[in-house]
Amino acid sequence: MNPTAPRKGFVPKAKALNCPNCGSQIELRAAGAASAVICNYCSSTIDATHPQLRIIGQWQAAMTIEPAIPLGSRGKLKGVLWEAIGFQQRGINVDGTNYFWREYVLWNPYQGFRYLSEYNNHWSFVTPLQTLPAPTTVMGMPGLILGPDTYRHFQTARAYTWFVIGEFPWMVQVGEAVDAADYVSPPKMLSSETTDNEVTWSQGEYMTGAEIWQAFQVKTPCPPPIGIFADQPSPYAGKVAGAWKFYGLMCMVLFAMMVFFAITARGQRAFDKTVTITPSQMAGEKSFVTEVFTLDGNNDNLEVNIDADVSNKWIFLSMALINEETGQAFDFGREVSFYFGTDSDGSWTEGSRSDDVLLPNIPGGRYYLRIEPETDPSLAAPISARIQLVRGVPYYFRYFLGMFLLLIPPIWTSIRSAAFEAKRWSESDYSGGSSSSDGDD
Amino acid sequence: MSTRNAICPNCGAEVRFRWSGAVQTTCEYCKSILVRNDLNLALVGKAADLPIDISPIQIGTEGMFNNKAFQVIGRIVYRYDLGTWNEWHLMFTDGSSGWLSDAQAEYAVSFANSFTDAPPDAGGLQRGMMMVQHNVPLYLTVISHALYETTEGELPFTSYDKEKCYFADFRTNDGRFATVDYSENPPLLFLGQFAEFSSLQLKNLKEFEGWPTV
Repeated sequence: MNPTAPRKGFVPKAKALNCPNCGSQIELRAAGAASAVICNYCSSTIDATHPQLRIIGQWQAAMTIEPAIPLGSRGKLKGVLWEAIGFQQRGINVDGTNYFWREYVLWNPYQGFRYLSEYNNHWSFVTPLQTLPAPTTVMGMPGLILGPDTYRHFQTARAYTWFVIGEFPWMVQVGEAVDAADYVSPPKMLSSETTDNEVTWSQGEYMTGAEIWQAFQVKTPCPPPIGIFADQPSPYAGKVAGAWKFYGLMCMVLFAMMVFFAITARGQRAFDKTVTITPSQMAGEKSFVTEVFTLDGNNDNLEVNIDADVSNKWIFLSMALINEETGQAFDFGREVSFYFGTDSDGSWTEGSRSDDVLLPNIPGGRYYLRIEPETDPSLAAPISARIQLVRGVPYYFRYFLGMFLLLIPPIWTSIRSAAFEAKRWSESDYSGGSSSSDGDD
Repeated sequence: MSTRNAICPNCGAEVRFRWSGAVQTTCEYCKSILVRNDLNLALVGKAADLPIDISPIQIGTEGMFNNKAFQVIGRIVYRYDLGTWNEWHLMFTDGSSGWLSDAQAEYAVSFANSFTDAPPDAGGLQRGMMMVQHNVPLYLTVISHALYETTEGELPFTSYDKEKCYFADFRTNDGRFATVDYSENPPLLFLGQFAEFSSLQLKNLKEFEGWPTV
């Protein structure tokens, strides 16, 4: 053999070993890589780095939990094949209630260790972090910067290990406690675990149970997630800004249409006549018709404008716009009244000497008006009223109505998004602040 | 130092040096630790057996770091409280030498460097303390006591006379790191950066039974 030729290294599968405590068989999946292996039967933590398999500790597990992903099963995540080799249940205690989550150790001989964590059927793919996140402040709260992302502090709690089986890259033991802090920037999360000796950092990325079940070909049914998880991506993320952007765009379109139609509006005076109303002649047949005039265009609007020289008087005009050719009539009535005077508060006025009304969708054609005036018959002086019809006036109200109605989707999205975030943060250290009225969120 | 081939003074096997700067190597056959001494090789000891070792890297593994090709020519195995880790000695094609550390398959590449600022005193090390070297702010994260478990292949210094080491690991906000070796006097500085497995483009790795090869 030529000693300079690259030697072909081959690492055989590790043989099963016997637990130095209870003698039962322990399968070693990552022998040489894992530091600790936990006996399936007696829960002893065994030092896997030691050729004689030294027992590190024995604890009676307070519970027994079957991992959803059976240890030894393999799945491809992020393009790499991983084997589940270890499992632990950890918990924090908040106000007397234990909240449990589960962690799987994943191993690949070339890529090393990764983790899957699961809480209420929300999953995270966790990668150990060698880079230190830089501390910062986000909206007055502690945060971290890593790469392009800023993370907000979510929760810090003392986490205890309640149950553990399989192989681990550290000397895990039941009862082990760390100070665990989470910072979120959905769908990512940064977590630190602090012991007396060191601080370790990891970065998690949200995954669904369906993705995990698919990757590891889990046979049992995939349970649906409960609630909203700290780093769960919001279905409204990016949509709020998008909805407001769309709203701004639509407002610009509406404004452009408004300007266009204002410039191109016909604005054509079709009729202008002053009529005289004599109060003393109010009895009997008092209606009259005007001469015929032409309304151009089709289904355009028609503004009716009345100016009357009423002073402390009223008139009421029952009007009909009648198509000479078809006989189609548009009936409407308008009152014009104007009162003024002085009292202890000074001078006052009520009403107006002019009145406008817009008739929408009047077909083109030849028309005349039939007018039936009314007023107080006891009055002496005649009242003159100028009636003007303008065909095709610019009409702004619909645009403002449109802009108002278009507000509904972005406001709705904003409210839903805020509700989602409120639910997310209700599980955090900041839930008191965000739900009370004096919260500064 | 022009001799590239020599004979093991213990077993007579051919010992070939890949790197002209090597000071120490290990005979592949009898595990004798051999130190270059003028033109001859001096037998100074015997390397201990390798521990349970499933590093995917081996002597002869090739890879890339910052667009420079390297070959693995030696290693030091350190033992600490979580097991062992490897510092693989790299020879780059331009003749420079560096280190690829593999601790539970977390990879980092580093190079011996000079201090631009005095390092903190070994006695006053505290987690979280900062030092600046080459304008890089570095934060102390781990202080580790380690033992020389064994060595293999070509090294730029002799190791047979060493037993214990005292390292301070510093990290940064951008993936770089520094290790100060306080077991030397004066201390040694190694500066480098963490590397994704795939970014190293490693070839000629070990094979693992039951796992697809990379």
